[in-house]
Amino acid sequence: MQQNLKNPPKKRIADADAACLFPTGLEYNPPARGMWNIVQMGMLIPDAHQIYGCAQGCLRGVVLTAAEMNALERLSWISLTEEDMFNGTLEQSLVDGVSEIVDQLDRRPPVVLLFLSCMHLFAGCDFDAVISDLSAAYPDICFVDCYMTPTMRDSVPPVVQTCRQMYVPLKPLPKNPKAAAIIGNDRPTDEDAELLRILRGAGYRVHDLTRCKSYDEYLQIAESSLNITYLPTAFSAGELLTERFGTPCLHLPNSFDYDEIAENYRRLCEAIGADCPDFSAEISAADQALERLHETVGDTKIAIDYTVVTQPFSLAKLLCQHGMNVKYIIADTVGEDAAAFKWLQQYSPDIEIYAPANVNMLHQPEQAAEPVLAIGQKAAYYFASDHFVNLILNGGFYGFAGICRIAELTEDAFRTEKDRRTVLRHKGFGCASCLL
Amino acid sequence: MKHVAKIIPCYAADSAGACSALYELGGMTVVHDASGCNSTFATFDEPRWWDKQSMTYISALTELDAILGNDEKIIADTAAAAADQKPAFIAVCGSPMPMMIGVDFDALAFEIEQRTGIRTFPLHTNGMHSYPEGASEAMRAIAEAYVQPPDNKLANGVNILGMTPLDFGNANAVKNVRGWLENNEFTVVSCFAMGDTLDALSKAANASVNLVVSYSGLSAAQYLAEQFGIPYVCGAPIGGAFSDFLADALRNAIESGENAYPCAFRGSSGKKVTVIGEAVSAGSIAAQLGLTGFHANMICPLPHDENMRNSFDSDAFAEDEMRAVLAEMQPDFVIADPLYRFILPQGAKHLELAHIAFSGRCYDKILPDLTDARFDAWLEQIAK
Repeated sequence: MQQNLKNPPKKRIADADAACLFPTGLEYNPPARGMWNIVQMGMLIPDAHQIYGCAQGCLRGVVLTAAEMNALERLSWISLTEEDMFNGTLEQSLVDGVSEIVDQLDRRPPVVLLFLSCMHLFAGCDFDAVISDLSAAYPDICFVDCYMTPTMRDSVPPVVQTCRQMYVPLKPLPKNPKAAAIIGNDRPTDEDAELLRILRGAGYRVHDLTRCKSYDEYLQIAESSLNITYLPTAFSAGELLTERFGTPCLHLPNSFDYDEIAENYRRLCEAIGADCPDFSAEISAADQALERLHETVGDTKIAIDYTVVTQPFSLAKLLCQHGMNVKYIIADTVGEDAAAFKWLQQYSPDIEIYAPANVNMLHQPEQAAEPVLAIGQKAAYYFASDHFVNLILNGGFYGFAGICRIAELTEDAFRTEKDRRTVLRHKGFGCASCLL
Repeated sequence: MKHVAKIIPCYAADSAGACSALYELGGMTVVHDASGCNSTFATFDEPRWWDKQSMTYISALTELDAILGNDEKIIADTAAAAADQKPAFIAVCGSPMPMMIGVDFDALAFEIEQRTGIRTFPLHTNGMHSYPEGASEAMRAIAEAYVQPPDNKLANGVNILGMTPLDFGNANAVKNVRGWLENNEFTVVSCFAMGDTLDALSKAANASVNLVVSYSGLSAAQYLAEQFGIPYVCGAPIGGAFSDFLADALRNAIESGENAYPCAFRGSSGKKVTVIGEAVSAGSIAAQLGLTGFHANMICPLPHDENMRNSFDSDAFAEDEMRAVLAEMQPDFVIADPLYRFILPQGAKHLELAHIAFSGRCYDKILPDLTDARFDAWLEQIAK
């Protein structure tokens, strides 16, 4: 059957090309809703108000994301009509619409994130003029140009762009030589992570948008003398702050490779002028956690997806190196873990890679009869497994401590069933939800 | 401004209506839009997404393909997917970006049909209108493509037109509307478009009357009236009194051959109630209340036919406009989705009636089925 398909949804990793795992085609959307979107990201800025100017079909998703978060009062919208696109009032309609909304808000927000759509960009909307007019009319508000432009995902991916724009309201502050910031993550970094221990041990105050309780606290991020990113989507935000404030930014990818983790910490210590600690104990703890996990799960087939961690191939390699039976990886691109991908091609060539949005994945859950331990929501859905790790983009876990924690969560998933449907329908892992 | 909302949501879009209408018919529906944009429909608008698989896909339109006018991509991708999945038909529908770049959906459908040999029809949605427009076009397209001349006309035969979860979100709604018709000695020939196969829909001309339960079914009803002389009656069987009224209207229509709009009936005395929602279902609630001693009217912010509303009703759809109309109406009660709570006038009691087309999944655990006397029980309980 597989050979006869025009769009085969899977292939052996040994037969895959890292530059293009699968050709593009029509796409299916599996019902696993944990990944964040731009609405949830925007909500991280305390007291910010979001306004979306776009067509009704595009509005619907963002408005109901806010509704499910019980945060409708923080989002407003202006719907585009056909006439708006052609009658020369595109910019003025936006200025008028935003003004009307701002005037009606119960409280003046310090920041308005104004999202325009693909249509505005194609119509040549002068966004600078819109922001300029609004800023002149409301000097107490910082208006930020934001982009809900999924059509432009190859050139301006919306999540990357939103992540970057979320730091635009920051204003220059005197540098604090003992302050650092973790930039662009969507949840707090685990307190046990060596990353935080190193920074705090060196006397650093660590800023993190996800921990900011007030707008003033958010503005303090600008005092940082060092910025750190570890999610791939945050890289551009780090660059922005370097351009604006001259703050150096270290990108320390969230790898599962011991050497890469150690190298990340070496670079961090060098940047802050601290001695690099010895990580023998942490490595030993990670090894032990993986050994326990192996003893527990034995030869159970394991599926990993691209939403659970930023480096699924790196995680797969780590588990394989510790004797576990990684059988399936759901991913359509190879990112920062290209070296791990190559390693898997050589040493675990029979791992099957599945294309997450392939149309022929529509009935995949019905075919999954064998028990699978799933790491990630999409893996849980596609392999119909109630034994799954419910995590998105590393869940804030980092470094050797992160490996321990993910191993523990995997062990727990093996032992304990979850209510798959209830968990997977929750939009935005970790967000408030009216569905609960 | 007309298209500004400070806080209330917007309704599901036309493309969602099209996908919803075609969901159970064994076809492949391709929305020409960017990758990820199908998440809105799959997450918020389609309660069947987990339990019932449907070939509803997105073309994953990119900036480059849009700029270069690369229609070949969607044509080839659709043909390839169809070769793998062998749908009964293919529908291609639009979204904002294809509208901007002037995609010719008629031509796309023609090309795809030529290449696949599978019946393909275009749906001219653009994501800038509400769901009844897309659902309406889709149901009519199915009627035009598949309904055969009658071969076994049933004197008491009825088609249900306009049924989708966007308006009838309770899982029992289809079964109970069918049950209500059977209890009134009608025979259900087909239901556009839940719980029936394409084959059942193809026999719709055997019916003697069409029951239009939402505006989404009106265009198909008009086609069946023009083509096969089948009259239609607009109303949803909501509430005991109105359901009886509606059953009589169906019998009268069979006899007279005349179309009827019982959903537009209104009372003029009693406590004031405003119902906000879809024209036929909200109108039917208002009619039921009118028959039982309330002065009820409707605000319908969605596309509708003028015959579906009374002169006391309103078609306000912008948030500010609705606030103003509600203030003017001064209702004692408002029956509306819970997310309308932000704009209700002080003093009006809000009787919350969740509507998937408005609040999506937010209240999907409390979606009532209001068929027949169930509405009366619901009202009694909620108005306490």
